[in-house]
Amino acid sequence: MTDVTWINGALTAARPQAIGALLRYFRDLDVAEEAFQEACLRALQNWPRNGPPRDPTSWLILVGRNAALDGTRRRSRLDPLPPDEAISDLDDVETPLAERLDVSQYRDDVLRLLFVCCHPDLPATQQIALALRIVSGLTVAQIARAFLVSDAALEQRITRAKARIARADVPFETPGAVERAERLTAVAAMVYLVFNEGYSAADGSARAPLCDEAIRLARLLLRLFQTEPEIMGLAALMLLQHARTAARFDAAGEIVLLDDQDRGLWDTKLIAEGLALIDKAVRHGLPGPYQIQAAIAATHARARQPEETDWAQIDALYAALERLQPSPVVTLNRAVAVSKVSGPAAALALIEPLADRLSGYFHFFGAKGAFLLQLGRTDEARVAFNQAIALANTPAQAAHIRQHLDRAMRENSR
Amino acid sequence: MLYTILCYNDEDVVWSWSKEEDAAVMARLGVVRDRLTKAGKLGPALRLLPTTSATTLRKTQDPPLVIDGPFAETKEQLLGFYVIDVANLDAALDVARELAAANPGGAYEIRPVALYVADSRSG
Repeated sequence: MTDVTWINGALTAARPQAIGALLRYFRDLDVAEEAFQEACLRALQNWPRNGPPRDPTSWLILVGRNAALDGTRRRSRLDPLPPDEAISDLDDVETPLAERLDVSQYRDDVLRLLFVCCHPDLPATQQIALALRIVSGLTVAQIARAFLVSDAALEQRITRAKARIARADVPFETPGAVERAERLTAVAAMVYLVFNEGYSAADGSARAPLCDEAIRLARLLLRLFQTEPEIMGLAALMLLQHARTAARFDAAGEIVLLDDQDRGLWDTKLIAEGLALIDKAVRHGLPGPYQIQAAIAATHARARQPEETDWAQIDALYAALERLQPSPVVTLNRAVAVSKVSGPAAALALIEPLADRLSGYFHFFGAKGAFLLQLGRTDEARVAFNQAIALANTPAQAAHIRQHLDRAMRENSR
Repeated sequence: MLYTILCYNDEDVVWSWSKEEDAAVMARLGVVRDRLTKAGKLGPALRLLPTTSATTLRKTQDPPLVIDGPFAETKEQLLGFYVIDVANLDAALDVARELAAANPGGAYEIRPVALYVADSRSG
């Protein structure tokens, strides 16, 4: 029995490796994509009839490669290759060839394919669109829906991105250790971009599945680079954030803040996987931004109630992140932990030097107002909250600040 | 007689299922489990997180070496197992066939149990 769902799953799972290998053969993204497409069509005809091959990925690479070569041969009037029924049984002589060709280069094939998508010449929106189309195999219509653009506009975005890649020099030789590490860093950043596209979307948005897709890509990277602590950190970070999805929005679709979330709605399976990965990463003693952010998310995930949150730990982790990646936004986040550990005066002192750099940032004034309010400085709190409302990006943000403002007014009138 | 049914499948495929596909397979497996439970045949069963979350302790040297990842790199991975109490291999294969109908793809390895230590945690 060959379930259609199973075949589709196998085709999706094989996609990055198969297209990665075909890209290495043909050195052309369009040819590689078409060859894979052709192989998928033949799989859908062949597998239900003959049963699935023992190694679907090698089958797809071989059939795809032969189909593309066959096309070339037909055009140049050479002899056709044998029909692919001949290689549908993996006990035949072609199998060891496929293994020899691929297993050793599997890692670099997939990394190259992902790296091509996050070429520095490409703007972030094109990187994401290209990765979703080529590596994940989402349809143009699916991606267009996620980005709220027309199919034609997205098609054009992908065509432009491919043209840029074709002009750029894509290195096909096997990368050295330093180059491989650089590629991996770029690819990790692109995967996190995909995740954030999904994570920042409103409840029920067509963009939400991008979170699942990013996690799938991170697991794929982790399979290939099992000992990279930052890839463990990236996967853990996304798993722990995604675990809160069901609790992040209320019935009206408004964002629910961490402290107010129903923690019973958090996905325990995703949390278990995230915690396992951060535990593994920490053992390496090579901290990085993804690991630290994941460790912060893990500290929240371990608290069954908001009151159980280990804020001292979160303060220490943000301090480490500040050292590694200094940014006013990181300091602002740390201030929330500082306010819980050392009180609002210390938190306020921490963020006051940021006023210039964050003068257009909603969260800065929201946090400042909250700290001032805790200190009983209600007039100043009101000013800060009003500034926050003026900078709010969504009605939900403004409404949230208005609640604080109302409280400030009440306490003031007492 | 106690048998273990070790579930092997391509985890790239299994962990690529959408929530709905995953839930559908789990529901079908749930029906088989219920039937086995009612027949008094089902022992402990569990599903494992992906091998990317695995750590291996290699005992071939002293002190043992801690390695990221699963024990062996294979095309299909150990994703979970069932312990069943049935009369003989034929009966165990029947159970495996039922599970296979609910969850196609991959393979089940049927291995008799040599020693069974029950869950000793209280509660």
